[in-house]
Amino acid sequence: MASDTMRVEKFPFGIAGVGVGEIERRIPADEPPPLPVNSALQVIGKPVQRQDARGKVTGAVRFTVDIKLPGLLHARILRSPLPHARVQAIDAAPATRQPGVRAVLVIAPQDAILRYVGAPVAAVAARTAAAADAALRLIRLDYVPLPFVVDPDLARHPDAALVYSAGATPPLAIAEIPVAAGLPLTGNVRGPDTQGSRGDIAQGFAQAEIVVEGDYRTHTQTHCCMEPHAIVADWRDDGLTVWMSTQFTAGVRQELAQSFGLKLAQVRVKVAAMGGGFGSKSQLGSYGRYAVMLSRQARAPVRLVFDRQEEQLDSGNRPATWQHLRLGARRDGMLTAISLLEYGTAGVGVGAGAGNFAQALYTCPNFAAAQSDVFINAGRGSAMRGPGNTPGAFAMEQAIDELADKLGLDPLALRERIDPSPVRREERRLGAQRIGWDRRHKPGADPGPVKRGLGVAQSLWGANVQTNASCEVRLLRDGSVEVLSSVQDLGTGIGTILAQVVAEELGLLPEDITLRIGDTDFPAGPPSHGSRTTASITPPARTAAWKVKQALFRQVAPALGVAPDQLVARDGRIMVRDDPARGMSLREAAAGLRTDQLSATEARRDDYGGFRRRMGDANAAQNDIGGVQFAAVAVDTETGAIRIERVVAVQDCGRPMNPKLLESQVQGGVLMGIGYALLEQRVIDQPTGHVMNADLEHYKLAGPRETPPIEVVLLENYQGQSATDAYGIAEPSNIATAPAIANAVFNATGVRLRELPMTPAAVLAALRPVPQRS
Amino acid sequence: MSEPGRTPSVSRRSFLGGAGVAASSAALLNQVSLAAAADEPAIAGPGAVAIALTVNGRACEVRVDPSATLAEVLRGPLDLTGTKIGCDRGACSACTVWLDGAPVASCMLLAIDVGDRAVTTIEGLAQGDTLHPVQLAFIEQDAMQCGYCTPGMVMSCAALLQRVPHPTPEDTQAAISGHLCRCGSYPHVQEAMQAASTTRKT
Repeated sequence: MASDTMRVEKFPFGIAGVGVGEIERRIPADEPPPLPVNSALQVIGKPVQRQDARGKVTGAVRFTVDIKLPGLLHARILRSPLPHARVQAIDAAPATRQPGVRAVLVIAPQDAILRYVGAPVAAVAARTAAAADAALRLIRLDYVPLPFVVDPDLARHPDAALVYSAGATPPLAIAEIPVAAGLPLTGNVRGPDTQGSRGDIAQGFAQAEIVVEGDYRTHTQTHCCMEPHAIVADWRDDGLTVWMSTQFTAGVRQELAQSFGLKLAQVRVKVAAMGGGFGSKSQLGSYGRYAVMLSRQARAPVRLVFDRQEEQLDSGNRPATWQHLRLGARRDGMLTAISLLEYGTAGVGVGAGAGNFAQALYTCPNFAAAQSDVFINAGRGSAMRGPGNTPGAFAMEQAIDELADKLGLDPLALRERIDPSPVRREERRLGAQRIGWDRRHKPGADPGPVKRGLGVAQSLWGANVQTNASCEVRLLRDGSVEVLSSVQDLGTGIGTILAQVVAEELGLLPEDITLRIGDTDFPAGPPSHGSRTTASITPPARTAAWKVKQALFRQVAPALGVAPDQLVARDGRIMVRDDPARGMSLREAAAGLRTDQLSATEARRDDYGGFRRRMGDANAAQNDIGGVQFAAVAVDTETGAIRIERVVAVQDCGRPMNPKLLESQVQGGVLMGIGYALLEQRVIDQPTGHVMNADLEHYKLAGPRETPPIEVVLLENYQGQSATDAYGIAEPSNIATAPAIANAVFNATGVRLRELPMTPAAVLAALRPVPQRS
Repeated sequence: MSEPGRTPSVSRRSFLGGAGVAASSAALLNQVSLAAAADEPAIAGPGAVAIALTVNGRACEVRVDPSATLAEVLRGPLDLTGTKIGCDRGACSACTVWLDGAPVASCMLLAIDVGDRAVTTIEGLAQGDTLHPVQLAFIEQDAMQCGYCTPGMVMSCAALLQRVPHPTPEDTQAAISGHLCRCGSYPHVQEAMQAASTTRKT
């Protein structure tokens, strides 16, 4: 709905606990009035139970892997056993003749180049998965092995085997990560990308009174969603229905319509329960296309579910990086120059840049970055929880810690000088108090073999919004209320949050609201990546609920003998504001509707204060999301084992909508950060190019035994930017963990670990370097 | 391998003596071969075979491929999809069910080997509409996010609570140590178990 007229409203503004004042905002006239602070609300900001919790603890909720349809076929994919090969001949006819086989797809025809172990070659759909597997084994395939390289350092060598030979173009599209176009490809190196550089870097270093520099390495991390990548595709003459474990139903619908020449109206994408994505399920993916093609061929529904090995080889990963970071500063700590030289690898893909963090977090007039993607013969990288900023923070936050140490400054005191964010200032204060920062000793000061230390690191993430995000609210004649949007719940609890928003506006309880989400038959919702779901979909949900309420007020006002603007909705009733005894239940009010339902559909408006940056549907709000994490560690200098004794995570996300769900999500972010810091690492065998730990036994995730007490402190940061003023937290909570641990290890031992993961062997090697033979 | 001229460490005579059988060696060998025949498992397959299972208190007969795991049979023909497959290799415990009350990884057990042991899945944990205390505590403490690992986690926690009415945090940690949760629900699972422990009437 266009809104020509604007009005001015006063919104709560500031950080709860520090001081909340007011800010005037010009807002569209048909937007709801400002929402007061959480303490003045009934449902929003309260630890409301997860709406689908009962279904999850009883096993009743259906994930994509649980979908069953009459005549369902099972698809399996034949994958490359070689890291680099040309297909000389492929004969799939024997598979076609196998009993039970209904469709066969040759993915890599003659002369196709396979660029990594696990690259898809062919696919089969059969009555059972076993029959499909048996059929795959009958496909006759001749390969010509080609030279390959799986080590990113070796791949940069001029004589290295080429992943993309002359004429071949690497695929550039990647969800969520902006990739610069038109960069040169030299050997296996694409770049450098120097975007974001500012000032005069040479002059900046000339002004520096102190310089710290170091080489940092981060490894390839895999998403390890517990529900594998999964799709059920049902191609019919009248249209295509797809169930998919996806972070973006509306986007998958778009991709399907484009890929298969269908009208959007002919494509429906659904997801009920969704078993984790972390960035790896943002797009349709080639596997999604294969499933649809098989279904079209077989004229039957096809189910394609990755096994765990496929998950580890071909479902995306967090790119590895090598970063040379150099900081120049004056004696008072003020930064004069930051330069970053980075080579990252996303396997056969692009998007390994990690420079945003060093570019954006601290005040510094001069910044220079040169970031390059290095191709290797390994599965393609993708966005993963805080892409770029997570490896970027590992380097930058250690460099800042090192600078503080060299300046003789407390790391928190240094950040007070160079970090202008009032949000992180308060987060540092709260976190320092909670962890007991004042008992932090000098590096390596513990006398015994087990040395303890405290470390801190900061996070930075965009306050992202997608304006192409819609939601419908319906009030039905029996008083029941529905919320409808294609937005998907990955386990974050966005459904519960929507119920809270609508319940708050209509004076109901969250359990009174029926959720109808995860289905493109409903208004198109936002993607759930970039931590933008809450910011994008809760404001239109509130606006829609408010409009339904206004329409209801207009209908019942005459019966109550007052003007509509005298009415309020509270405790399941519609009543006169100044005379609460006069009123009726919402159910009675709904029973008198002239039509069977009242409905309003709203889309996300621009942030009231405007956006800092626009990129199509995706916009960055005026403020960034912060976060400061503290880690307490004990390092056994005899075994090299790092034990994390405690983590304090102080996080902000605008208005916190549900502290219980936020706490769950932050704990998850910290745990993924602990895995990144200490345990996880994809290992590729150099001679064969095979991933040696493509499973969950040897690829180590943090488990219950590696879980320290994680204390979550949430800031209420009111900015008056939307009808809910709420933002996301998934990614911010993952970024600071690994550098906080590394800084704590330095504080414990006096030795800095610049390479992930920080294994016992790495700790011992750093503590007692093996003397080089001359 | 024994060297020439030296007595092997175990001779047939000492084996027979050790077996404690005062009979001729021929008679003994006869007995052994009969026993072996009796222990020999029936050959199943290669086609589907009919088996009887007791799942959540209900007896059922299903035809299964001999290579089918219990997890596959539960999720497939029995349509009990609450049991999840995460790794299919016994590494993540998402598929945990009870066998005679003890938690097992159902992806590591062939359905034909279940025999007459009682299988309990997540669907069979509640008593009608009354949830198990662990299920209630999981809801109250938000001990889940995506919920994919949750059924397995609940089964291990409930088994612990049957065995140890008031588990310590260490007991819980041990009980769920094989479970992987990428969303990181372990801290809230711990809180849930503490809540379930203190509210439970024993």
